[in-house]
Amino acid sequence: MEPEAAKLIGAGLASIALAGAGIGIGHIFGNYLAGALRNPSAAQGQFANLLLGFALAEATGLFGLVMAFIILFVF
Amino acid sequence: MAVENAPVNGAEAGIQIDPMHQFEIQRLVKLELFGVDASFTNASLWMVIAVVLVTALTVWGMSGRALVPGRLQSVAELAYEFVANMVRENVGSAGQRYFPFIFTLFMFVLAANMLGMVPYSFTVTSHIAVTFALAAFVFIAVTVIGFITHGLGFLRFFVPSGVPSVMLVLLVPIEIISYLTRPLSLSVRLFANMMAGHTMLKVFGAFVVGLGILGGWAPLAFMVAFTGLEVLVAFLQAYVFAILTCIYLNDALHMH
Repeated sequence: MEPEAAKLIGAGLASIALAGAGIGIGHIFGNYLAGALRNPSAAQGQFANLLLGFALAEATGLFGLVMAFIILFVF
Repeated sequence: MAVENAPVNGAEAGIQIDPMHQFEIQRLVKLELFGVDASFTNASLWMVIAVVLVTALTVWGMSGRALVPGRLQSVAELAYEFVANMVRENVGSAGQRYFPFIFTLFMFVLAANMLGMVPYSFTVTSHIAVTFALAAFVFIAVTVIGFITHGLGFLRFFVPSGVPSVMLVLLVPIEIISYLTRPLSLSVRLFANMMAGHTMLKVFGAFVVGLGILGGWAPLAFMVAFTGLEVLVAFLQAYVFAILTCIYLNDALHMH
C-alpha cells in the first residue's frame, strides 16, 4: 500500500475517537440539564463545573484528532 | 486558500483546500544568536501584540482609579475579580500569593486566543511549542511549589489514603503516570482546540468561496455561527487552562 493511502486511512481511523468526545459532552450536559430542571436555584452554582467538565471531555476526543493530524502531516 | 485547478489532461477542475498553510511560521526579522535561530517571527509579533493589549488594559484602565469605575476600568476590574474569585475558590487563602501568575496566564492565553479570531491574524496558541512551554512551566512550578511546601512528604500525594497495601503496588504507578501526563493534556487540550477550530474555519471558508455566489450562502451561515462558537471556545479554553492550573496548585499546596 502506498504511504499516502495508508496515511489517509490512518487519519480516518484516528478521527473515530471524536465519537467518544461527542458521547461524553452529551452526557455531561444532559446530566446538568436533568439536575437543573430538578433544582433550578442550585444550577447556576455548578455552571463553572459544567464548563470544566465539558472542556475535559472534549480534550480526550481532540487527542485523537491530534493523532490524526500527526499521521497525516508528520509522516 | 481555495485554488481552482485548471483542467489538466482532461481531468475535472477541482478546488484545493489547504487549511494548514495558515499555521506556517514566517520569519519577519531574521536573527541568529549563538547558532540558534532567534528570528522575530509572526508568532513573536502576535505574542507581543497580546502582551501589549493586556498591559494596556490593566495599566490604562486602572490609571483613573475612580471609585465608581468608567468603562475601561470596569473591564479591568471584571477581569481581575473573575480570576481572583477563581483562585480563591479553588486554591483558598494559601493561593492568593500565586494570583499574579494565574492572572498573567489567563489573560495571555485569552488575548492570544481572541487575537487569533481576527481575520488574517495568526493564532499563537495553535502551536504545540507555545502551549507546551506554558504547560511545562505550570507543571514544573506546581511540582516545585509542592516540594517546597511539603518537602519529600509531597511524594505521599501518590499514595491515596485508605487503600489496602495489595492495591498500592498497582495504584501508585498509575497515580504517578497520570500526574506526569498533566502537562501533556494541558498543552494538547489548548493546542488541539485552537488548531482544529481554525482548520474548520478555513475549510468552511473554502466551501463558501468554492460554491460561489449561488450556493455559498449555506456554508456562510454556518461560518457565522461557527465563528461565534470559536469565540466562545477561545474564552473557554483560556478559562479551563487557568482553572486547571488552580486545581493543580491546590493539589500541590493542600495535597488531597
